[in-house]
Amino acid sequence: MANIKELSKQKELFTGGHRACAGCGAAIVARQVLAAAGPDTVVVSATGCLEVVSTIFPYTAWNVPFLHSAFENAAATISGVEALYKSWVRQGKYKKKLNFIAFGGDGGTYDIGLQSLSGAMERGHNILYVCYNNEAYMNTGVQRSGATPKGADTTTAPVGKVKKGKEQFRKNLTEIMVAHGIPYVSQSIVGNWRDLTSKVEKALSIEGPKFINVFQPCRLGWSYKPELTCEIGRLAVETCAWPLYEVVNGQYKITYKPKEKKAVSEWLNMQGRFRHLAKPENKPIVDDIQAHIDKFWSDLLKKEAAS
Amino acid sequence: MIKTNVVARTGNEAMAEAMRQINPDVVAAYPITPATEIVQIFASYVADGLVDTEFVPVESEHSAMSACIGASAAGGRTMTGTSSQGLALMAEMLYIASGLRLPIVLADVNRALSSPINIHCDHSDTMMVRDAGWIQIFSENAQEAYDNMIQAMRIAETAALPAIITTDGFIISHGMERVEIFDDKDVKDFVGPKKLGRYLLNMEKPITLGALDLQDYYFEHRRQLAQAMIDSKTIILDVAKSFKEKFGRSYGLFESYKLDDADRAIVVMGSTAGTAKVVVDGLRAKGIKAGLLKPRVFRPFPKEEIAGALKNVKAVAVMDRSDTISGNEGPLALEIKAALFDSDIKKEIPDYIFGLGGREIRLEDIESVYKDLGEMINGKGKAKVTYLGVRE
Repeated sequence: MANIKELSKQKELFTGGHRACAGCGAAIVARQVLAAAGPDTVVVSATGCLEVVSTIFPYTAWNVPFLHSAFENAAATISGVEALYKSWVRQGKYKKKLNFIAFGGDGGTYDIGLQSLSGAMERGHNILYVCYNNEAYMNTGVQRSGATPKGADTTTAPVGKVKKGKEQFRKNLTEIMVAHGIPYVSQSIVGNWRDLTSKVEKALSIEGPKFINVFQPCRLGWSYKPELTCEIGRLAVETCAWPLYEVVNGQYKITYKPKEKKAVSEWLNMQGRFRHLAKPENKPIVDDIQAHIDKFWSDLLKKEAAS
Repeated sequence: MIKTNVVARTGNEAMAEAMRQINPDVVAAYPITPATEIVQIFASYVADGLVDTEFVPVESEHSAMSACIGASAAGGRTMTGTSSQGLALMAEMLYIASGLRLPIVLADVNRALSSPINIHCDHSDTMMVRDAGWIQIFSENAQEAYDNMIQAMRIAETAALPAIITTDGFIISHGMERVEIFDDKDVKDFVGPKKLGRYLLNMEKPITLGALDLQDYYFEHRRQLAQAMIDSKTIILDVAKSFKEKFGRSYGLFESYKLDDADRAIVVMGSTAGTAKVVVDGLRAKGIKAGLLKPRVFRPFPKEEIAGALKNVKAVAVMDRSDTISGNEGPLALEIKAALFDSDIKKEIPDYIFGLGGREIRLEDIESVYKDLGEMINGKGKAKVTYLGVRE
């Protein structure tokens, strides 16, 4: 795979000049995914931050073909693009080898787009779906989603006099994708370019449906200083709040194991969305979050050992 | 001379046959009664290698239209079929298909909308999406459905607009009729190869489609869409002319049946027009000057042409196979009234909402409408909305 020097010399396929917030993790995801995928790539995006900030007519940040149609259907839309490609290749009308990548935020992937995603994965299209997972509906102003973690303050599960933010744990979409029996599923992170680009390269080398869940800190919704995006991403890995692993043909492999697993409170304390959890009376919530993380991590270690 | 094969076909079979002959690059579809057969038959063509099509058996109609949008944007000739709730579920994506100016052709078998759930014919589904920016062409029988499908592909691709071709659920879709099928080569020649303009798979010239269009551009793009619909009228007529030259059958924006000297006329779409023709013939035999106007093209709505055709008729009734549930008339009556008003033709036009959920429309029902028109000519009776054939 390419080193950082080589990557930096490539033509930018997701250019600057877009309207993303300072410190936006979604733009980093798009740029690094395309750097790994290369120019022979067709992109479909769900409605959401990434699409909105990158394609304000008559401008575009995309130096590859790009299609956006609606919110809940990036997977179905790219199914159609890929189907046409297959049809043309079979008819001898098209020769070039192409990558097909769909981007969706967690709202467009975990929630409203789950059916479309599931259908596309089951049908076995040769596509890579990248979820830039910032754990809430950021484009509409930080509403809770199925990906929002327990305890987070969002505008539709806010912290109030009796409620302490979101009461449920997030849905485990990565495992739902694994359950589809597709050849490649992984979790990656903003803040580790090597991990993300190598996973994209690996995914694209495999025929069939692929899914990467990229944990993407959002400075606006998570409320932290914009320069901390990558650091918060890395700390999510060090605390095992977001483990890096991949499942290739059903075989689990943890791609990074922290030398010393840090307490989740260290990560929570960096973000305004968890500010209320620092209060002593909310300690049970933090304990609950820690226990949930510990359980998932130990389960993951077992799955890896069994693979 | 063009060779035709006379066969017995249902409406669904005739539409599937047209799709096979058109041989689209991609078909993405989901089953729904009474349209299921169209894609089911088409899937068997795919399974037998009779077409080059990539068939995408999606998990919903929303995804069907989404995949069609992807395939069409990518550059492919793209078709689908659906009905009722399926079309309703697609509604969001229908607007996006036309906004992106993608020439997708959709076979819609008209069926009532829930609730209550009902699988039989009325036009509520197509009417629900009448402002979605799709060309809409109604068929009276299986032959028209077949001919319309073949014409639609050329119309859509020339106009850069998507097109819906309808049949009436069960009445046409499942009724076996005599249908003239053309040779594959003749259909292929008529439809012609797809011309590629801007398309997503052109890697030499990457494009961004579906951009965010704000206060500074959205309005212009919607205006262009409106203009494309206006301009499509000429395209529809041009394609009909070529069709007549090649295959011999005439099509227009609407059909006039014994209308030239008529003093009373009904405007009705779909299979009921066939029933009404029988009534017209019966009344004519009795010396009553009855006529019929059957709109074929509902979008774009040919308002000047229809107004012109109805100008000399003393009394006109509209029969609507759907309702607007608005305290106002049905959708077809609203269009007809607006058309006449704009042409300075002042007429009282009664509207008859009929046949909802597949309620049988009998010859006597249509005769009663002509009878009402006769009374209006004699100065009796007043235009109103009547629910025809309902128990109340």
